[in-house]
Amino acid sequence: MTLREKIGWGALALLAACALAVVAFERGEHVNALWIVTAAVSVQLFAYRFYARYIARHVMQLDPSRQTPALRRADGLDYVATDRNVLFGHHFAAIAGAGPLVGPVLAAQMGYLPGTLWILAGVVLAGAVQDFMILFISMRRDGRSLGELIRMEMGAIPGVIALIGAFAIMVIILAVLALIVVRALAGSPWGLFTVAATIPLAFLMGIYTRWIRPGKVGEVSVLGVIGLLAAIVYGGTVAASPMLAPLFTLTPVQLCVLMVGYGAVASVLPVWLLLAPRDYLSTFLKIGAIVALAIGIAVVAPPLRMPALTPFIDGSGPVWSGGLFPFLFITIACGAVSGFHALIASGTTPKLIASEGDAQFIGYGAMLMESFVAIMALVGASILDPGVYFAMNSPAAVVGTDFASAATAVTAMGFPITPELLAQTAKDVGETTIVSRTGGAPTLAVAMSEIFSHLVGGQAMKAFWYHFAILFEALFILTAVDAGTRAGRFMLQDLIGLAVPSFRNASAIVPGLIATALCVIAWGFFLYQGVTDPLGGVNTLWPLFGISNQMLAAVALVLATVVLFRMKRQRYAWVTILPAAWLCLCTITAGLMKLFASDPRIGFLAHASKFADAAARGELLALAKTMAEMQRIVLNDRIDAGLCALFLAVVLSIVLFGIRTCLAALKIDRPTVTEVPPQLVAAE
Amino acid sequence: MIRALYAKARETALLMVGVPSYDAYRQHMAERHPDHAPMDERAFFRDRQEARYGSKGGGRCC
Repeated sequence: MTLREKIGWGALALLAACALAVVAFERGEHVNALWIVTAAVSVQLFAYRFYARYIARHVMQLDPSRQTPALRRADGLDYVATDRNVLFGHHFAAIAGAGPLVGPVLAAQMGYLPGTLWILAGVVLAGAVQDFMILFISMRRDGRSLGELIRMEMGAIPGVIALIGAFAIMVIILAVLALIVVRALAGSPWGLFTVAATIPLAFLMGIYTRWIRPGKVGEVSVLGVIGLLAAIVYGGTVAASPMLAPLFTLTPVQLCVLMVGYGAVASVLPVWLLLAPRDYLSTFLKIGAIVALAIGIAVVAPPLRMPALTPFIDGSGPVWSGGLFPFLFITIACGAVSGFHALIASGTTPKLIASEGDAQFIGYGAMLMESFVAIMALVGASILDPGVYFAMNSPAAVVGTDFASAATAVTAMGFPITPELLAQTAKDVGETTIVSRTGGAPTLAVAMSEIFSHLVGGQAMKAFWYHFAILFEALFILTAVDAGTRAGRFMLQDLIGLAVPSFRNASAIVPGLIATALCVIAWGFFLYQGVTDPLGGVNTLWPLFGISNQMLAAVALVLATVVLFRMKRQRYAWVTILPAAWLCLCTITAGLMKLFASDPRIGFLAHASKFADAAARGELLALAKTMAEMQRIVLNDRIDAGLCALFLAVVLSIVLFGIRTCLAALKIDRPTVTEVPPQLVAAE
Repeated sequence: MIRALYAKARETALLMVGVPSYDAYRQHMAERHPDHAPMDERAFFRDRQEARYGSKGGGRCC
């Protein structure tokens, strides 16, 4: 390092320290959001320059002269050596979804400080390390998938366990994502109209790319975006129309039925008709909205109105139950570390990477970018009046359903707010109510409308921007539901195929339909449970989602540790053991608490017995109206507990298999990994 | 300069939705498999669409 570089990095370190100090210790005055952004960017730059480079050079010993799959197996289709900047965009678009936007919004109930610190520490030491390591491992093995990698390096049984775990995660992800859409669109004719309009719009786009102008993705996307904007504008007219508005004002249960039906139909339609065109819209809108949000925060520089810490760090919060440890680390899943990325980093990206030297930029760098998205979501939730935040995110069982009851309840929590302000906020964004709009998406949409209306359009455009933000989130969630159901179907066919080999045939119609139906029923069940849950559902399902996602991350990091041991690089294995141990600690503690905690707000079984006991006495609890509902709550709790136990079993068994494989590797004095033997890049 | 930037941005946007470069495919076919007729642009697009969405690799995140 030259002297100039040393001075530069020293100055950056000083800036990072100052910004972190302001974020952590400034009290009283509202801290400006830019301090969080500054702290985040400087910590990330530092981590990228020093820690990621250390991993690349010493832990992995990346070798740019070694051929990547894209060169070794070049076919112009799946294996294509791709420019690193282009591939970065591809990889980032694949890993960024609704997760990093929702988790931090929910985490804001404890104040902005715990979330900020965990996002930054988590991404640097766990999330980006996981993505980078899995990309490296897959890149050295012809771009194989996570399941195959586990089978190759750890054995057949751990491979199957990981497959079962991945399928269970898929189910819970789809349910929780669908629940977020249901919560955002229930009783919102404007929102529902714009989202529904994307279906015929996608059909038209699909026909355009199939027959009218084949392959012209750019053209059709521009037309599609124009159609979307028109739908948002016209949605305002629909919401104001006494004839049309009731058609699009649906209850959560009605929306749930529609979602399940949609999922079943959409996942068997030809891909070019609905999935592909909507994927174009959702991908481009997602990238556009993220860039616009970054610009908006930088220009508007809003102050943070949420306190750094709220009293709810003790676990008594209304948004989700449970104390800071372990539940904060479960709530912010994506954004800090997301096991799902292990599936992406062992998917298309390793087949496209042109040089091993690019892996740091793509594997570690793209994840840093995703954590930046999470930071922006946290900032978004924190610039709102905390009273508005808690009125929106608390379940109806806590705040009631009208402005007066919500204002009273939230004021009693210690966040004074008037019913008039809540009513005005709802009116500004063109909705009849914002009370108990749980799930994170509507909160973020209010924040985005706040920021965007400062940039373009002022107060008059707030309702437009709110529905734009809802549409952007709903669009990529619906795309994920559709694509996820398809992916889940193949996973299930693989799994059933272990017992009934004929089931594996991916092109056979009957097994495909059975697997699709099973997959939809599975997530539909959890969605229905969430929709009818008196506590709002997010409360129950989000922790399960968090546990499952962190569990997959722990599995991926155990695999990475095993590979380092088998490469005889165990002295560097602390790089993966450290985050793996932390994630195991969090998921196992959270899982055990979810199972066995005596507080019915946290423990599934305690909640089940509370309701079962009450039912036995003939009492109705919470919002349950009939005995049948009471019984269903008990059954739901027990199924959730079962799922939680399954996740615990998966993570514990993978850890045990991992330790066994590491010990076996220690006894052998040479590397035992199964990498593709190195071939050198031909000299130019 | 502007043109090169635009080309890169276009390539990135297309790869984001799973459409790799058709030019790169033609070049690959010309160099490695001159005896095989390459797919035309329409067939190439359909092939890639099916590969992205029609199989296990529905690759996207939560």
